[in-house]
Amino acid sequence: MIYLDNAATTKPCTECVKAVNAAMENAFGNASSLHGLGTSSIQIIARARKTLLTAVTGTKKPFDGEVLFTSGATESNNTALLGSAHRFRPHGKRIVSTAIEHPSVAKTLTRLEEDGVEIVRLAPKDHEDFVAALVNEVDENTALLSAMAVNNETGFAIDVPRLYREVKKKNPRTIVHIDAVQGFLKVPLDGDLISVSGHKIHSTKGIGALFIKKGAKVLPLLSGGGQQSGLRSGTEPVELIAGFEAAVSAYRFDKERFAELKALLLQMLAEMEDIGINSTEDCVPNIVNFSVRGVRSEIMLHSLEEDGIYVSSGSACSKGKSSDVLPAFGVSEKDVDCAVRVSFSAENCAEDIEKLCDKIAKTIERIRR
Amino acid sequence: MKELIMVKYGEIALKGINKKTFEDMLQSNIKRRLKKIGQFGYERMQSTIYIEPLNEEADVEAATDALKKVFGIGAIQKCAVYPKDIEVVKADLGEYLKEALEGAKTFKIEAKRADKTFPLTSPEIQQTLGDAVLDAFPEIGVDVHNPDVTVRLEIRDNGAYLSAKRITGAGGMPVGSSGKALLMLSGGIDSPVAGYMMAKRGLVVDCIHYVSPPYTSDRALTKVQKLCEEMTDFCGDIMFYCVPFTEIQEAIRDNCPEEYFTVIMRRLMIKIADRFCKKDGYGAMITGESLAQVASQTLSAIDCTNAAAELPVFRPLIGMDKIEITEIARKIGTFETSILPYEDCCTVFSPKHPRTKPKLEDVLKAESAFDFDALIEKAVAETTVKRYKYGEETVFLE
Repeated sequence: MIYLDNAATTKPCTECVKAVNAAMENAFGNASSLHGLGTSSIQIIARARKTLLTAVTGTKKPFDGEVLFTSGATESNNTALLGSAHRFRPHGKRIVSTAIEHPSVAKTLTRLEEDGVEIVRLAPKDHEDFVAALVNEVDENTALLSAMAVNNETGFAIDVPRLYREVKKKNPRTIVHIDAVQGFLKVPLDGDLISVSGHKIHSTKGIGALFIKKGAKVLPLLSGGGQQSGLRSGTEPVELIAGFEAAVSAYRFDKERFAELKALLLQMLAEMEDIGINSTEDCVPNIVNFSVRGVRSEIMLHSLEEDGIYVSSGSACSKGKSSDVLPAFGVSEKDVDCAVRVSFSAENCAEDIEKLCDKIAKTIERIRR
Repeated sequence: MKELIMVKYGEIALKGINKKTFEDMLQSNIKRRLKKIGQFGYERMQSTIYIEPLNEEADVEAATDALKKVFGIGAIQKCAVYPKDIEVVKADLGEYLKEALEGAKTFKIEAKRADKTFPLTSPEIQQTLGDAVLDAFPEIGVDVHNPDVTVRLEIRDNGAYLSAKRITGAGGMPVGSSGKALLMLSGGIDSPVAGYMMAKRGLVVDCIHYVSPPYTSDRALTKVQKLCEEMTDFCGDIMFYCVPFTEIQEAIRDNCPEEYFTVIMRRLMIKIADRFCKKDGYGAMITGESLAQVASQTLSAIDCTNAAAELPVFRPLIGMDKIEITEIARKIGTFETSILPYEDCCTVFSPKHPRTKPKLEDVLKAESAFDFDALIEKAVAETTVKRYKYGEETVFLE
């Protein structure tokens, strides 16, 4: 098997599997219980918080705030946006965002829009300097800015610390939310609210986090037992948190290695006819999106699958629907229909890319008539 | 009081010398279904099968539900069995008939006395029971000509059988009594309905499906397997033939004129199905075609595909429109699965402008551009066969 769909999900690493098992065997207590078993669970959770706060920024300085464990990035994004709804009243408030957001942000913004909040959505294709364009839209009334650190379909990355700095300079009251699902542990991050997910970095599904900077108040979505300072009721899944921490500690983003794989892939694609590259230079090296003209994405995907090569047609989250996001990068409708996303993990090597390209060439030969 | 189920025959009641064969088949079909529920005893007389629960698990309600899907059954009636004492029946009848008489305005009593030693005559039984029903349900009246509900009491050797509620059965002929046929199952709304209709006429229905990876996906196949499994409710066990069809479709694309793609593809599907029919003893093929529904189902197109078959091709939906077909699909529980949006091989390479009135000689000429025999041979050899069993869920969809 050659797994090249790591932006969809990743295989849990050995460290994660071990930590999950150990927690289930030894620390199954409820963190809210007063006895010793409960205390062991608290220990695990508290340690995990510290690890995450240290890791998230991508610098030596840890994140100045708290971290909330959630069921995943969808919940983190919903909490960040809907939990900030108190900031959008009275009417006339606006949110600045992008046209390339994941549905868990995009659809939540649409809900807020229906409630009367003004939403501004910028597309990267319209702006030379995307960060500057976003900052430029921030005004007196802008209660929140929500932007994706790294786009899940193309790998397009923005300079998040710069965005945060400049927005705060322009309007210190504007809350900055960063959907960092694809950026976590890969690019430097900063923000008032940062959403991350476990299963994109070799942890399990069902666990994610929302980082909340000191002073950035968020209201809870769930009412209940008041766990996690009342911000996220529900018994903490200690085993998933333990696995998450282990995966974060074990994760290494080998930028140079991914850049080499990407360069090799682009070079081999360049030798084929009629390929459009949808991931530009301002993209992370672990995600490459391209269009094999004349071969519909789904057919390419199934053809590669015949040889045990797994890639994605656009975003796995939209289940085969054609991408709403690629047009915002200026990809033509025809190219959207035949877009393929390849995303690497540390387990991939040059031979994988060679096999991939070999099969792409064969598929083109067979299908493109 | 114990309760049992009376199963009244459908049209097999009208059969002559062969009747016993049909009865045996129906009873064995019923036994196979009810085995999944519990242990039941069977007794047959006068175009009726009496089914008696023999253990705790043998739930009468569950059995009734299962029986509703057995072809060959005209009506299903639950009945209470009492000792042969009219006073005992009268005492319990108010309670037992409550459900059957709910909402009814009129009733009549029908009594049958098979055991002639019973002290009351049939008219006397009718009189006594009628009074008892009127006492228990004062708001209801008697109508001996056109009653809403007929309450029946049969005095038999081993007890008094009281029944009222009659449930219409699935009708038709027992599955297997007409032989077996191979259904071309595509994944759309129509073909499962076609299979259901022919199972109702007593055919064992097995299914053949064509896959074209990478043009079609695993999910499309799973969906069809699910449909197959859903059809076992009415059809009983189903053999599922899965034919690899990619090479044939590519050969059509590469060698034949585009406007004939679909009709040639359908002819080759028929040829392959025909091969399996002869090999495995099927007497006919079944398709979900409905006249004029799409370009490949015009009179001329059907003429062209039909010419590829040597055995009969049954098209039970030929005179139905989509609304009628959809209604049945909903009733038999295949509709929701049918509408899942996965592409099947029929739409792969489908031409922009197909011929709606293809002439057979033109099609044969277009088809002769390539010798498909070797590919047909290969597809037949590589076909996989799997059995889907009644009452077992092995395929799961999102």
